[in-house]
Amino acid sequence: MRESSQPLAGLRQRIARLAATGGPASRPAEGWLATGHGAFDSALGGGLAVGRTHEFFAADALDGASAAAFAALLALRGGGDAPLLWLRTVDAGRRTGHIYAPGIAELGGDPDRLLLIETADPKMLLACANDAVRCAGSAAVIVESWGKFPLLDLTAGRRLTLGARDAGTTLLMLRLNAAPTPSVAETRWSIVAAPSRALAADAPGAPAFDLELLRWRGGPAGTRWRLDWDKDEQIFRDTALSGAVLPLAARRAVHPFGAEAA
Amino acid sequence: MPLADARAQVPDLAIVAHDPVLDLHWLDRLAQGCTRYTPLVALDAPDGLILDITGCTHLLGSEAALIDDIDRRLTRLGMTLRHALGPTADAARALARYQTRPAPDEASAIRRLPVAALELDAEATTALVRAGLKTIGDLASRPMANIAARFGADAATALRRLLGDAPSPLDPRVTPPPVATERRFAEPVASMPHATQILAELVGEAIVELAERGKGGRHFRATFFRSDGLARSIEIETGHATRDAGLVMRLFAERMDALRDPLDPGFGFDMMRLAVPRLEALAATQLKLEGGTVRAAHQGAAMAELVDRLATRLGRGRVCKFAAVDTHIPEQAQLALPAIDAAPPTPWPAPDPGEPPLRPFYLFDPPQVIEVIAEVPDGPPHRFRWRRATHAIRRYEGPERIASEWWRRRDNGGLTRDYYRVEDDRGRRYWLFRHGLYDEKPDPRWYIHGLFA
Repeated sequence: MRESSQPLAGLRQRIARLAATGGPASRPAEGWLATGHGAFDSALGGGLAVGRTHEFFAADALDGASAAAFAALLALRGGGDAPLLWLRTVDAGRRTGHIYAPGIAELGGDPDRLLLIETADPKMLLACANDAVRCAGSAAVIVESWGKFPLLDLTAGRRLTLGARDAGTTLLMLRLNAAPTPSVAETRWSIVAAPSRALAADAPGAPAFDLELLRWRGGPAGTRWRLDWDKDEQIFRDTALSGAVLPLAARRAVHPFGAEAA
Repeated sequence: MPLADARAQVPDLAIVAHDPVLDLHWLDRLAQGCTRYTPLVALDAPDGLILDITGCTHLLGSEAALIDDIDRRLTRLGMTLRHALGPTADAARALARYQTRPAPDEASAIRRLPVAALELDAEATTALVRAGLKTIGDLASRPMANIAARFGADAATALRRLLGDAPSPLDPRVTPPPVATERRFAEPVASMPHATQILAELVGEAIVELAERGKGGRHFRATFFRSDGLARSIEIETGHATRDAGLVMRLFAERMDALRDPLDPGFGFDMMRLAVPRLEALAATQLKLEGGTVRAAHQGAAMAELVDRLATRLGRGRVCKFAAVDTHIPEQAQLALPAIDAAPPTPWPAPDPGEPPLRPFYLFDPPQVIEVIAEVPDGPPHRFRWRRATHAIRRYEGPERIASEWWRRRDNGGLTRDYYRVEDDRGRRYWLFRHGLYDEKPDPRWYIHGLFA
């Protein structure tokens, strides 16, 4: 195709060059944050890729604790003593509650690895997140935000993603009470609390999560999982069915490429 | 009395040689101890201390309580104390040393002091007494010009200081920082980039001195003295001792950017000083021969630097690590400590295997009030209303009864809390409690204290 003008052709060439060398997906992932659930990990090619951005949405504010715990457990379950950087604004404690270290210990995580960074406003949150993702040696960087985050546009998101890729850190964006917006994230998840498997005397059981893969750069999206956290084994596993929980097959697309065709 | 005479009278007299230097050291140590009462402590050698307690008395209740406290502590050290309070340093000093007769108030106490309190030479004091001027009050009633003409300007100044008419500034004892460098300029430095460059040079000099001593700095303070008399200090702290000039300058730049009221050279700085008040031993770093990884060492340093940088930008209390506290009260079971202080890791209570988490992931502090429908008196909640939404409870576990810490409370009281772990019909798990039993309180309220994963 003949370009209408010389500058435009130059720009196109430049974009092609950039895409060939510097795109976020141009480098294979250095590793994966695995859940320990075989089907989940293999569906994603090993788990959530290290050195990329992953978004966790809790559309309803009440599911915030589930989304936050899922992100934290995913980052902490690898073991080791690399710190987990958790960035949030100061008013998040009043809104969603303070991060409670004994609760993390109860989930089998090590609260000593947690480094909590509280900023005054979302602008500073973004600035500190940029610094945090550029620092190698963390288990993951969790950036918790509330509601719409207009400052996190495509440019800001791409800057974060490039920083994370260069330093090899995993950025987990925790978007509470927010609807998905366009972004450069590798994966995007919707997380909802699921009814737990009842224990004796109908007591609430281990944490259960309903996950939906909303978007994935490396493959098809739309897959749903329902996972339980087993803190003794430090893995996620299928929610063991019991009479109180509906079977999942009806809701779950086993093969994302058209289950009807199979 | 000569020593020989004293020995003749008391044969087993214990004798210690007088050592003025040791006395001065001891006085200095006492002065350092007195900084618990006020930062402004001045030495009045050889045997006195002057404390500026302006605005410090409320810490111990009252002036009398403060004096009692000083008296008690110094008596325990074997000291004998004469003390006095005065409106100025010189007045207080004279009252402590020369007051013999009680007086209704401070002003008349000063006027009743003997003229010796002026501490003129012996000849002048004798001359004053011979002239019939025995007290400060007698002297103050004469015209100041006559006193100056007869006994010299020093006498007049001493008198005016005692009466509070002339200022009697205190020369407080300050602990000099272990390492300090400074630069004075013949021509004031009016541009900030130039000032920053000079600060970098000062940091370089301080680092050389630190390296010679085998130390690293944890705390750096840069003071900018403006030519119009204002002085402004900027401080940074690091989590580990450092001798990295680049790091220190980056932190200073971070701090200056974060200033709400930016550093203004005005007509220029005529002096800059860099002090390192806090040092720690820092050996030269070297990788192990058997293959310490450069990457691991580098990553640890990068993380420490990130903590320093964020703590400098946000404030030291905004970058935290958690420490466990041994208590049953849930909201007191954790402490968020500044990460820059690098407390050793604390052991967290190990969870029971096979049990679901018994403590929430997010905790509300303070707990939030909810409306609950529950059986009276001890029944579990059935439904509750929180933030304008009603939640029907499907499953629950409880109560977990947590009593107040009556052994710590002055009234030996406090309400018992009954905690319930509940799950609503959409699978969300909450931590609710009833504050008080029905026999403790007629109508106990319910609160939500946390959210489980």
